Amino acid sequence: MTDRPDIRAAVERRLKRRHAAERRFRLYGVLAITVAVAFLALLLGRIIEQGHSAFVTHSITLDVPVDAARVDPAYPQGANYDQMAAEALLVRLGVDANTADNGRAVRDLLSPDMGFQILAQVRADPSLIGRTVTIEAPVGDSADLYFKGEISRDTPEEQRVLTDQQIGWLDQLERQGLVEAHFNTGLFTRSDSTQPEMAGLLGAVVGSALMLMVTALLSIPVGVLAAVYLEEFAPKNRLTEIIEVNINNLAAVPSIVYGLLGLAVFIGWMGLPRSSPLVGGIVLSLMAMPTVIIATRAALKAVPQSIRDAALALGASRTQTVFAHVLPLAMPGVMTGSIISMAHALGETAPLLMIGMVSFVPGVPEGILSASSALPTQIFIWENAAEAAFHERTAAAILVLLVFMVVMNAVAIVLRRRLERRW
Amino acid sequence: MDAPVIDTRPIVAAGPKAPAHGIKVRTRDVSVFYGDKQALSDVSLDMADRAVTALIGPSGCGKSTFLRCLNRMNDTIQGARVEGVIELDGEDVNARAVDPVALRARVGMVFQRPNPFPKSIFENVAYGPRIHGLTTSKSELQDVVEQALRRAGLWDEVADRLDQSGSSLSGGQQQRLVIARAIAVDPEVILMDEPCSALDPIATARIEELIDELRQQYCIVIVTHSMAQAARVSQQTAFFHMGQIVEIGRTDELFTNPKEQRTLDYITGRFG
Repeated sequence: MTDRPDIRAAVERRLKRRHAAERRFRLYGVLAITVAVAFLALLLGRIIEQGHSAFVTHSITLDVPVDAARVDPAYPQGANYDQMAAEALLVRLGVDANTADNGRAVRDLLSPDMGFQILAQVRADPSLIGRTVTIEAPVGDSADLYFKGEISRDTPEEQRVLTDQQIGWLDQLERQGLVEAHFNTGLFTRSDSTQPEMAGLLGAVVGSALMLMVTALLSIPVGVLAAVYLEEFAPKNRLTEIIEVNINNLAAVPSIVYGLLGLAVFIGWMGLPRSSPLVGGIVLSLMAMPTVIIATRAALKAVPQSIRDAALALGASRTQTVFAHVLPLAMPGVMTGSIISMAHALGETAPLLMIGMVSFVPGVPEGILSASSALPTQIFIWENAAEAAFHERTAAAILVLLVFMVVMNAVAIVLRRRLERRW
Repeated sequence: MDAPVIDTRPIVAAGPKAPAHGIKVRTRDVSVFYGDKQALSDVSLDMADRAVTALIGPSGCGKSTFLRCLNRMNDTIQGARVEGVIELDGEDVNARAVDPVALRARVGMVFQRPNPFPKSIFENVAYGPRIHGLTTSKSELQDVVEQALRRAGLWDEVADRLDQSGSSLSGGQQQRLVIARAIAVDPEVILMDEPCSALDPIATARIEELIDELRQQYCIVIVTHSMAQAARVSQQTAFFHMGQIVEIGRTDELFTNPKEQRTLDYITGRFG
């Protein structure tokens, strides 16, 4: 306390530096957030830009005469309805229907779905043979891309999938009012197909749902009970310490390793069906369990000791204390952790590749034992497809997956808000 | 330091109106270890029925540790070891045959900070009778809850809002709620670990009155940092220091005429 003005000046000098450091740190923070948000916006923007067009599709309405001479009433599936539809379309276009080239060229513009629909109608009502049926079916994938403006006339003819002649026909059909744009409900009501215009996500969504059900039923009860035992009952000794460390390590194991394990143990050794939601669910639950355990333990740790003391001092047993007081108080944290680990499991792809869930499955899985795909593997399959029309569907499938995850995370937040209590 | 000679004869018939009663809790040579650390050494203390025994002493002197021995709450702490004899009505509480869960139904406890369950007021009080199966019907349970709340002097304040959360009450009300919760199980002994340390003077006075009323029915052991409180509510006081009992005496005598120098130093505020 000798030279006060000197001390003041020293403090002042330092103060300036301290404030500058503070401002600098805030700036770094804002920059970091900006970069993060920019990347997110870029990612989402790109996916939406690519995928939004998949939610719209074009369909064509056509009157097709069912030629009695070419349909055997005893074996209706033997007839070539695609050919009949193509001929009907050529007639509408006023083009000679009898050249093979024209037939092939016009058939490219139609979806095989048209033929399937005619067959379905004829099967349901054989009296239609010899009469004319009106069918509304998706246009072929290339035609759809043309109507969406993704195939341009300006591209040299040999570099695009549609010829000048085909484009001329499509323009003519549009002028005649046969073609209509509408929301692509097929994306949600159909399953995978080799034809992009007929491919949908239903099978993948159902497969993912079944798989998540298996995962939730296995990993949440086992994970929560393991956490309760470790946190509330197990003695704290070297063994439980080792277990704890290893649980934390398991949470960091690359997911593909779980896939290899699933392939070797569940499919190879136990003989469970390949590509099934059961095996997928078991593998994902192995992966999700450490996260559930860690989240549950954190939630249990946050419950004040005074609550345990209160119950124990009243003569409640350990189990009564835990299940009547501690676990209910930890529930918001347990739920949040579980749902977030489920959301992780939903988006997991690598282990599913290992257990064969990347196969082409054209139908909706009937149960947890039937072959199935899942949303992330469906994205993987479509991304690898050659047809350009699959690419917009890939982005659309990513959007659907993201929507599922956002919904799950929102549910987690709502549950936490609802259940959160003061103590 | 050399162990002082301690008069372990029970102090009964304390207070002007208190009737003479026998010893409820008898302890001999109780030592407690937390791992390698000895928290309590050779404590012998008798606590009379229908009287209040106050345990005083500086922080860390082992009085709370001693209290937690009486209902075996030390069992819940890993690495805690209790030696010596603790008898409730002549029965060793640490005997193998004694279930700590059953013991705690007989020896209730109130903690330093009010710790109601985050449930309704009714559920807080009803929980004990329910887990012990003390009632057979819903109306009986309601009676037990009402009785407990009346004896804790809380009924008039909460009768019309039994379904509200226990944590919506004030600190003093919460502490009376947990006392009601403890007496709803109809214990014989009530242990109180600094029950007023988180309360304001008015709420403290209310609890002290309550303790005085409860004394008519229970053996009460209270740990307190406030010597004034010990003097007000207790009939017998034990002074703990460094894990040992320094002096036991009738409260009026211990505070007016302590035999030990350390007791005198402590109660006159020279340390602690």
